[in-house]
Amino acid sequence: MSQSDAEARRPAPAKAVRYARKTYWNEPTMTWWEKVYLPEVLRGIGITTGVFLRNMGKWLTGRRGAVTTYYPEERRADFAPRNRGKHVLTQRPDGSVQCIACNMCATVCPAKVIEIEPGFDANDPAHPKYPVRFEIDYSRCVFCGMCVEACPEDAIRMEPDVPNLVSDDRYNMWMTMDEMMTWRPQSDVAKPYPPKPVPLTRAPRPEGGAPSNP
Amino acid sequence: MSSVLPDLVMALCFIAYSMVMLLSFGGLLTWVERKQSAVMSDRVGANRAYIRLPFTNIKLVWMGLFHGMADGAKMLLKENFKPNAHDKVGYFLAPFVVFTPVLLVFAVVPFGGTIDPGALFPSLAAWFDGRTYPMQIAQLDAGLLVVFAFSGLTIIGAMLAGWSSENKFSLLGGLRAGSQMISYELVMGLTVMGLILIYGTVDLGSIVQQQSGTLLGVLPAWGVFQQPLAAFLFLTAAIAENKRLPFDLPEAESELVAGYFTEYSAMKLGPFMFSEFIQIAIVGALFATLFLGGYNLPFMNDAGFLLPGGREIALSQGVRIPLQMLTFLGKVALLCVLQIQIRWTLPRFRYDQMLGLSWKLLLPVSVANLVVTVLVQWWRGGGA
Repeated sequence: MSQSDAEARRPAPAKAVRYARKTYWNEPTMTWWEKVYLPEVLRGIGITTGVFLRNMGKWLTGRRGAVTTYYPEERRADFAPRNRGKHVLTQRPDGSVQCIACNMCATVCPAKVIEIEPGFDANDPAHPKYPVRFEIDYSRCVFCGMCVEACPEDAIRMEPDVPNLVSDDRYNMWMTMDEMMTWRPQSDVAKPYPPKPVPLTRAPRPEGGAPSNP
Repeated sequence: MSSVLPDLVMALCFIAYSMVMLLSFGGLLTWVERKQSAVMSDRVGANRAYIRLPFTNIKLVWMGLFHGMADGAKMLLKENFKPNAHDKVGYFLAPFVVFTPVLLVFAVVPFGGTIDPGALFPSLAAWFDGRTYPMQIAQLDAGLLVVFAFSGLTIIGAMLAGWSSENKFSLLGGLRAGSQMISYELVMGLTVMGLILIYGTVDLGSIVQQQSGTLLGVLPAWGVFQQPLAAFLFLTAAIAENKRLPFDLPEAESELVAGYFTEYSAMKLGPFMFSEFIQIAIVGALFATLFLGGYNLPFMNDAGFLLPGGREIALSQGVRIPLQMLTFLGKVALLCVLQIQIRWTLPRFRYDQMLGLSWKLLLPVSVANLVVTVLVQWWRGGGA
């Protein structure tokens, strides 16, 4: 290979290309007034000062200048009707719990927060299984609603209202069956752990519903 | 001996007043910043910390005023974490190098007019022997130069903290702090140069006294009316110097965790935070002194009011001194609120934008401002 060949094959010296920034389809466009920046700064400060003075006027005249709800003391009433909040257990016409302790909700629960202890009731051949304990650990519940979808008996539903378990202690955030069967938000947050034994709502059975949780 | 003692007592009084004022401003501004930012964004703000009266169930909340104390307690009780590899001397020195100059700057700022303690307390008249004191810790001819000398020292603290932490984020923060503070210090110095030309002195007490006259017959002769552009540039540069939000690149959370004080924890972090809040008050005090007539109300001087119509209202010293001190505090408080409003309104600059703003815009404009001031002063002085 001769000298001239190598020179011919060498790429031509690159011309100085001016760097042009890529322009995007949603490139922000600013007028010169906005590019000066200072008037826009003053306008921004004007907006924030306006909001400040409006809210301050509300506070000084005894109204609330904020959209905040002080949560543990106050509960907002405008939850969406589809909001998934506190769980409730539905009841049969005689007041007994609809749940048949099939454990499907506890199985499908992604956070594994549902604990069910089944009992056996020979006097009720249609529903021989019933829950002795049905507890949910709200400190880990993710409120996904999959327990409601999994339930074959429509025994568990979710209220729009929040469970309202405000506590410094995660062991106070278990909700027991009797609380989930009272269809109203609970206001007391002091719950012992382990949870109190649940009193039976029905008449005592001859077999006694011995716990048989494997 | 008796000739020195009254001076010493007055100096100690002024020092005590200044320290209490600055520290309480620093403490209160943490609360003001929380609450003001909350109110301007439809929130409630910090309101949970309380003090329970002993043996009762009465909890004092006082609109969240105790959150600052809770912060202090938290800082004292937290683990005093130290990075494994750090430069020990620099690491322990840096918080104090940041904190001390901020307090020292206030030494030359006058917070009241001339006081004659003998006339104010007749029982001490003989002891004071008719001496008068300007209400200022150090009455220095080089006042403004001292301000710039001391405020320039905080750069060293920030860079020292960044360097000695042995952390890349800290180092980057320290570098940013250094370049940012030096470039804005330059702008700050050049803007104040115009004022020095007009007033012919760098003594802050004299600058305040010269602002008590009238301008064009109606306006108070405040620096902000004589040098409006310089006032704006000074405030911008001072906020940048304080590393507050539009210019908080040295501690940008999204990029540098916490910048040059990333590796500081517990009470070692306290001086950095506290000096930032005290510096808000210092910037307010400097701005009020240089541009808003200092401790005087409009048309007010040490004898009383001299209104534009030529009317005079004499004030006795017992009325004038508290009025001047309250005026100064009020002006500083309003300027603090303004700075917090700016901080919670503007988003952060990009780093190149911030340096470009300083070198390409603010510096040329301040030089132009200085040139125009020089020409006007030259023309006023007869042109020769």
